[in-house]
Amino acid sequence: MLKYALKRILLLIPTVLGITLFIYFIMSLVPGDPAAMLAPQEATAEEIEALRVSMGLDKPMLIQYLRYIWNVLQGDLGVSWFTKKSVAAELVNRLPYTLTLGVMSTLIASIISIPLGTLTAVKHNTLADYVVTFLCLFFSAMPNFWLAILLQINFSLNTGWLPAFGMGTPAHYVMPVIAVCASSIASNTRSTRTWVLDVIRSDYVRTARAKGANEVTVVMKHALRNALLPIITGLGSSFAGVLGGSVVIETVFAIPGVSTYLTTAVGVRDMPIITGCIMVISIFVGIVNLLIDLLYSVIDPRVKYE
Amino acid sequence: MENILEIKNLKVQYNTDEAVVYAVNGLSLELAKGEILGLVGETGAGKTTTALSIMNLLPDAVAEVTGGEIIYNGKNVFGMSKSELRDLRGSEVSMIFQDPMTSLNPVMTVNDQIEEVLKIHNPQMTKAERDKRVADILSLVGIAPERGKSFPHQFSGGMKQRVVIAMALVAEPSLLLADEPTTALDVTIQAQILTLMKELEEKLGTSMIFITHDLGIVAEFCQSVAVIYGGEIIERGTVEQVFACTDNHPYTSSLFQCIPDLETDEARLKPIPGFVLDPRTVPKGCPFADRCEHCTERCRTEKPAVQYVEEGHFIKCHLFEGRRHDV
Ligand SMILES: Nc1ncnc2c1ncn2[C@@H]1O[C@H](COP(=O)(O)OP(=O)(O)OP(=O)(O)O)[C@@H](O)[C@H]1O
Ligand SMILES: [Mg+2]
Repeated sequence: MLKYALKRILLLIPTVLGITLFIYFIMSLVPGDPAAMLAPQEATAEEIEALRVSMGLDKPMLIQYLRYIWNVLQGDLGVSWFTKKSVAAELVNRLPYTLTLGVMSTLIASIISIPLGTLTAVKHNTLADYVVTFLCLFFSAMPNFWLAILLQINFSLNTGWLPAFGMGTPAHYVMPVIAVCASSIASNTRSTRTWVLDVIRSDYVRTARAKGANEVTVVMKHALRNALLPIITGLGSSFAGVLGGSVVIETVFAIPGVSTYLTTAVGVRDMPIITGCIMVISIFVGIVNLLIDLLYSVIDPRVKYE
Repeated sequence: MENILEIKNLKVQYNTDEAVVYAVNGLSLELAKGEILGLVGETGAGKTTTALSIMNLLPDAVAEVTGGEIIYNGKNVFGMSKSELRDLRGSEVSMIFQDPMTSLNPVMTVNDQIEEVLKIHNPQMTKAERDKRVADILSLVGIAPERGKSFPHQFSGGMKQRVVIAMALVAEPSLLLADEPTTALDVTIQAQILTLMKELEEKLGTSMIFITHDLGIVAEFCQSVAVIYGGEIIERGTVEQVFACTDNHPYTSSLFQCIPDLETDEARLKPIPGFVLDPRTVPKGCPFADRCEHCTERCRTEKPAVQYVEEGHFIKCHLFEGRRHDV
C-alpha cells in the first residue's frame, strides 16, 4: 500500500508536466500580445519588441515551456509579469483561504448529504423524499452568487450577525462555506440516493433481510458501505471544483484566494501566475484523488493495490 | 399430520415498466411438519417467487401480492408486524438463495456473514460459542474453517453456494426453503450437502421445500413432490405416487419423458412441444392447454379443479375428473 502511494505520488510529476505543457499550448493559441499589453501606452514598436525578447516571448512555445520548467525545478515559480511580485509568495498567502473553504465545504457536504441521501433512498417515493428532492433541485439550480448575495443581505446587512466580506475570523467563513456547499449538498444527496437505492435492491441486501436483520442494520451495515465508493468519488470532485472554480464566491465575499488570483491572471495572460496556480491546483487534486483511492481499499476488500 | 405451512390461493404479480408479469396465479400448497417436498417446474414457473412470498421478502418496488394468504404455524405472514417478520426470518424460516454469486455481501467476511444470523437470533450466545458454531457449520459444508476470514470474492462459485447453505442452516430453522441449492456443486459435494440436510431433518424435524430441476434428486431425497406450471400447483403427491407413472398430469408425464432412460435404448430427450407460457397473460382455462396432446375445447375455457386420484395425490386436469380409484 505504501509502495502504491509512493508510486502514485511519483506519477503526479508527469501529470503536472503534461498539464502545464497543455496550458502553455492553449495560451499560445490565444490571440493578443502580452508584451504589447504590458508596455506603456506611448512605447514604440522597437521598445515593445525589446520587452518581448526580455520576457522570452520571441522564442518558440516549447522553449518557453522548458525554460519555465527548468526554473520550477530550481524552486523558482517566477514573478508576475505585471506586478513583478513573487508567484510562490502570493500562492502561500492565498492557498490557506481556498483550501479551508474547500475542506470545510466538502466535510459539511458529506456530513449532510450522505445521511440525507440514504434517508431519501430508504423512504423513496414518500413525502419526505419528494420534499428533499425538490429542495435538491432548487439548490442545484440556484446560482451560488445569488445565494451568496441573499445570505449577505439577510445575515449581514439586515441583522449584522456575520461579517459581509473579507477574511480573518472563523465567522468570516460561515457564509462562503454555505454558498459553496449548497449545490454540492444538493447534487451529492441526489447521487447518494441513487446509489443507496441501487444497493438496497441487490440480492445481498435481501439476504440480510432474510436473516432477520432490522432495517437500520440492513441499511447501515449492508447497504451504505457498498454504496460508499461512488459517493466519495462525487465528494472528491466537489472538492476539486472548489479549488479552481470558486472565483464567484471569492469575488462576492472578497476572499483573497487562489481562484481569483488565477482568473485575474487569465484575463491579462500573466503566464507565471497561470501556470503556478494550475500546477498547485493539480497537485492538490492529485493528492485528493490518491486519498480517495486509498479510502477505496479500506472500504472495499475487492480493491487491492500493490 | 399438522401443517407447518399453508399457502392458500396465492396470487403474485410483478408490475414492471414494460408489462405486468403474472408470476403466481392462485397457488395452494400445504406442507406438513417434517415433510421434505420437492418443488419442480420449468424456468419462470414461479418457484422462487413462491419461496420469497413465504418469507414476505418479495421486492416491494415491483412485486404485488394480489390475493391469497400464507399461514405459517397458524399465522398469516402477510399480516405480520415488522418485528414478527424479523423473528420469522432466519430462525424459523430460512432460505438458500438460488444465485450464490450475488447473495453474499462483498464487503463482509464469510465468518461475519454467517455469525450475523446467530447474533440476531441467539443474543445469549457468547462470541466464543458463536465462533465455534460458525467453524462447525463451515466444516460441515466442506469449507476449512480458516477460510472463513476470507471475503466472498476470494471463493469459487461452488464455495459461495456452500457459504449460502451454511448461512441458512446455522440457526437450525424449522422450515428451510432451498432454491436449487446444489446446481453449482460437483456430485460428491452435492451428496454431502444433501446428507447434511437430511440429518437436519432427522435431528430437528426441519420441514423443507426443495426447489430443483433434477428429478433424480427429488426421487432420492424428497418424500413428496409438487409440480408447478404457470404459477399453479398442477400435481401433488408422494414421491411413490407421482413417480409410479400410473396417473400423472400430462405436463408431469412429459417432464418424465425428458429424463433419459438408461435402461432402454431410448436415451434421447423428448422435448415438450410448444412454447413456455407467456407470463404476461393469465389463461382462462388450463395453463398447459396449448402444449397438451389431450387438449379439448373445455381445457381452453374452463380452469380444471383439483382432482384427487388417490389419498394425498391430486392432479389439476379435466382428464382425471371422477377417476379416483381407491374409494
Ligand atoms: N423482480 C422481478 N421483476 C419482474 N419480473 C420478475 C421478477 N422476478 C421474477 N419475475 C418474473 O416472474 C416469473 C416467475 O419468476 P420466478 O423467479 O419465480 O421463476 P422460477 O420458477 O424461480 O424460475 P427459475 O427456475 O428460472 O429460477 C417469471 O416470468 C419472471 O420473469
Ligand atoms: Mg428461481
